[in-house]
Amino acid sequence: MISCSEAVRQLWEYLDGLVGDRELESIEAHLARCRRCCGELEFARELRGTLERASEVDVPDAVLRRLTQTLEDLEP
Amino acid sequence: MISGSGCNNRASPIRLKDVTQVGVLYTEAEQAERFRLLAREQLPRLYGIARKLVGSDAEDAVQDCLLKAFRNLGQLNDESAAPAWLASILVNCCRDRGRTKGRRPEEVNFEDVEEFSLYRKIAYEDPFPYSDSLHLDFLEEFTAEDVRSVLMRLSELYRVPLVLVYMEGFLVREVAEILEAPTGTILARLHRGRKLFEKHMWSYATDHGLLKEAAR
Ligand SMILES: [Zn+2]
Repeated sequence: MISCSEAVRQLWEYLDGLVGDRELESIEAHLARCRRCCGELEFARELRGTLERASEVDVPDAVLRRLTQTLEDLEP
Repeated sequence: MISGSGCNNRASPIRLKDVTQVGVLYTEAEQAERFRLLAREQLPRLYGIARKLVGSDAEDAVQDCLLKAFRNLGQLNDESAAPAWLASILVNCCRDRGRTKGRRPEEVNFEDVEEFSLYRKIAYEDPFPYSDSLHLDFLEEFTAEDVRSVLMRLSELYRVPLVLVYMEGFLVREVAEILEAPTGTILARLHRGRKLFEKHMWSYATDHGLLKEAAR
């Protein structure tokens, strides 16, 4: 069985579906037996969600106006 | 390919879906107008990406991108590829801005970073002694603006792949194309970037007193 630190190192890749079949098997075998790493996994998922939620950015009206003006001013 | 002639429907308004190629059968003025339509639609998204990559330089970076894209309009063969094409130009404009400002990648001891686990750090430091969900409580202290500030603490090398993959939903393969780097390189930067992000989440929380406020 792989160690906790080996499992933890690959958790994000695991969540992203970026690990190979063999790694997948060893991580899941580890998670089935290790509560702390399950906690780590759950947290990695939440952290990813935190990043995703911070992605929404409002464009200030003035910025949008200036950028639109830039487009209007383009001359072939 | 374009079917029929571009001149048949002169009277009808320009509709992007009608024609799949820019730069063919159009006068320069028509091309410019089509570009304006394409780009205007993308402005909020472009600004959002730039905001996360270069913070307060976002507007300038989008300006750079619009001018550069317009100059290179001939590269765009398929209008449906316009959003990805504009994003790719923008990312590179953002990187240029970062470089000319002389921002250097921070010195990082990667062995420390590799070993760092925010999950364990929170459990060990126990900033919310009366909570039974301290990990979630920790994350809830961060506003979207805080999270973006944490990202700005990372060097561009790691920030760009993190933002593109986890916030903008690009595939690793697409990021590799945009940055003209092998997929393996992008994967390695994502791996380190995530660890750095965890580390900076903690240091940002302590620097800004997020944990003290919460414990009160
Ligand atoms: Zn474990």
